[in-house]
Amino acid sequence: MKRLYVFLALLLTILLILPLFLDKYVLGIFVMIFFFAYIGQSWNILTGYTGHISLGHALYLGIGAYTSTYLAQTYGLSPWIGMFIGGGLAVIISMFLGFLGFRFGLRGVYFVILTIAFAEITRLLVSHIEALGSFSGIFLDFSPSFKNFQFRGNKAYYYISLCFMVLAVIVTRLIETSRIGRFMVAIREDEEAAESLGVNAFKYSMIALGISAFMTSLGGTFYANFIYYLHPNIMFGMNFSIELILRPIVGGMGTVLGPVLGSFILTPLSEISRVYFSKGGLEGLHLVLYGILTVLIVLFMRRGVLVYVQKLLNPILKLEDESK
Amino acid sequence: MNALETNALSKSFGGLKAVSDLDLSLGQGEILGLIGPNGAGKTTVFNCLSRFLPMDSGQTIFYGRDITDLKPHVVSQLGLARTFQIVRPFLTISVLENIMVGALVKEKSVKKAKAQSMSILELVGLEDVKDRPASELPLPRRKRLEMARALATKPKVLLLDEVMAGLNPTEVDELIVLLKKINRQGISIFLIEHVMRGVMALSNRVIVINYGVKIAEGPPDEVVKNKQVVEAYLGKEFLSAQG
Amino acid sequence: MDQMTLGLQLAVQGVLLGGIYGLIAVGLSFIFGVMGIINFAHGQMIVLGMYISYWILVLLGIDPYLNFIAGACILFAMGYLLQSSTVNRILDFPEAMQVVPLVAVGLVLENLILMLWGPDHRSPETAFNLSTIWIDKIMIDGSKLIAFVLAIVLTLGVFLFLKKSNIGKSIRAAADNRTGAVLVGINVNRINNFAFGLGAATTGAAGALLLPLMPVSPHMGHDFTLTAFVVVILGGMGNLWGALLGGLILGLAESLSILVLPPTMKQVVSFILLIIIMLFRPQGLLKGHK
Repeated sequence: MKRLYVFLALLLTILLILPLFLDKYVLGIFVMIFFFAYIGQSWNILTGYTGHISLGHALYLGIGAYTSTYLAQTYGLSPWIGMFIGGGLAVIISMFLGFLGFRFGLRGVYFVILTIAFAEITRLLVSHIEALGSFSGIFLDFSPSFKNFQFRGNKAYYYISLCFMVLAVIVTRLIETSRIGRFMVAIREDEEAAESLGVNAFKYSMIALGISAFMTSLGGTFYANFIYYLHPNIMFGMNFSIELILRPIVGGMGTVLGPVLGSFILTPLSEISRVYFSKGGLEGLHLVLYGILTVLIVLFMRRGVLVYVQKLLNPILKLEDESK
Repeated sequence: MNALETNALSKSFGGLKAVSDLDLSLGQGEILGLIGPNGAGKTTVFNCLSRFLPMDSGQTIFYGRDITDLKPHVVSQLGLARTFQIVRPFLTISVLENIMVGALVKEKSVKKAKAQSMSILELVGLEDVKDRPASELPLPRRKRLEMARALATKPKVLLLDEVMAGLNPTEVDELIVLLKKINRQGISIFLIEHVMRGVMALSNRVIVINYGVKIAEGPPDEVVKNKQVVEAYLGKEFLSAQG
Repeated sequence: MDQMTLGLQLAVQGVLLGGIYGLIAVGLSFIFGVMGIINFAHGQMIVLGMYISYWILVLLGIDPYLNFIAGACILFAMGYLLQSSTVNRILDFPEAMQVVPLVAVGLVLENLILMLWGPDHRSPETAFNLSTIWIDKIMIDGSKLIAFVLAIVLTLGVFLFLKKSNIGKSIRAAADNRTGAVLVGINVNRINNFAFGLGAATTGAAGALLLPLMPVSPHMGHDFTLTAFVVVILGGMGNLWGALLGGLILGLAESLSILVLPPTMKQVVSFILLIIIMLFRPQGLLKGHK
């Protein structure tokens, strides 16, 4: 394991120095890589580790984004604080969703549909609330300052999103090796068998959901203050929910580094195809490529790319040992 | 005080009465066998006792406490552990990690749980595969894993559902030794079994059910001579042929 | 217009809409009933059906009420290929891994459509000079009525096909008991291909019937998929009559909700209905299978 940590520390150091050499545009791509790695990781905690599939995670992104933005615009509250209020709200709503889903025994596809329904209902409701921009959306004023969570250029966003990503990785690793994490995996593998051992599946499913919702909504606040525009169809939309899950799936669900790897693979792909192909009117090509790549990976590399990368790097990093 | 007892246990599925008015008790430190032809309702009894199925009527008492309406995981935490007839290992994680899940229910520290799991591993003879994913284990070893996992929860009573099925005679003998060892540690065992050698060697008492009704109860060697029992297994013609 | 008439008018519209919802959902229900797979790309297939119908109308001048056959055939082929290349492989996967590929296929379809035909809404310029029919004070839109009738006919057609034809019987056998079907010599993979193709074909037809009713744009897929979900869960997964019944109920519920809610909130009604059914009667109103 030691070699792995050294390797990761090395990568992290490189990432820390990179902004000295990169222009604003490329930095922006990295921001998106880190951002999607972060929210992919947040989703991974629920779906990858506990096994409950959510296709409506944009719900929490939206809650975070709208809460902090509304509080900032109406009360001048710094998004750094608004972020946590949004997080709290996301947890509450997720608890409601989880109660309905888990108490009533909604499994598999039914739970998926429940998550979609919640996101869609919220999308529609927010579209009708004047104070939240209704059908036109909200434009954020650009007044850069640390308090406002807004910055000129992309360097600050780079470091903040990098922080988010690293923290998510650490949190996931801590969960993975903890008692809670092991119960979560047991629930994923066989919920009834876990219950027969004394694991309170409802309680730990709710915990996983709450953590996932909280983390995701923090990402929503970040996104709002990076993109400067909110619209319910985007923030709560199925497209965001789908984009969110592609990276952890490609990278490897239920692993600590999978979502990160997935983001490093897919996000640049998205940018390159967007830049090189949209000029020729091929808007949407990157999503076609995503889709095809995802199907291929699910068919032929079901556990994600990470497993193969690990095999590849094993000779150098000696990854296969008595970890955990 | 009995470790486990049930009064007037009844369970129907639709119109079919799977278990009728069953009374049974398991004394502390005892090994009780439950036998009967296929479809007699044995696993249903287990499912009701461990609260995986609600009973239609009757009560279940565990160490003097009424557990009839408790949730399965609560019952398990109280000390009533079970295995499944078709084993259900956590396939993608290692053998050791499987057992740790059980240990962590009562032991909050991951480190200590790991240590406890290691000793259980040694007890059941799975140390050599401790880091292999459970999916790589052949059936007999999966059965041991299932037991090990249940043992890790530090149970007072262990419900074993056909743990000897599919094992060859040597494996059965090894399992008999293991189960006696476990029983000596103070764990009461209630086992459903078809493998008669196991039942005879282990049980202090045996209960026989057929069509959901108890038809005999007593020490193993008495029960197998009981006419009704023989008839249940081998049919009326066999009995009359015997004369 | 007094409340009573308004209510009746909305009810009629709801029923007509409901028939179309039923047709939208039949394919989804059918595929689930046979293979246990939820086709998350369902909505995007319907959108493709709409575009196919649009282009045939615009380029060849053939009415959607006739050209739906073309859409059905093209989508049948597509569905067949999709099943044989991809879906057959994921039949034994855990549920999470079944959801993802079809969602991805939907993503691909939606964006291929976007790339091919651009993001703008398209409405056929040729007007459908179908008269509106008046019954007393209730107005019935001709397009909707034809769509409704054809939807019912097509659904009945699928149902009869399943009951009477040999392939239909094989499909039902394979759905009932895969091993048994294999044992009697049914090539289950081929049957699955056919079944998915059939389900896809209904989306092609549904798309054509929807074209006169609304402009088409690439991103409508999700809404159709979600509507289909609601209908199928209402009526019972895998139950074709349930799809029709669920469609009618949803159509009515959405239509009547206009009496109390702004029209743009219609979908909230359907989602809340969906949640309630999932919680309290997940097998649907007419018990589904599988």
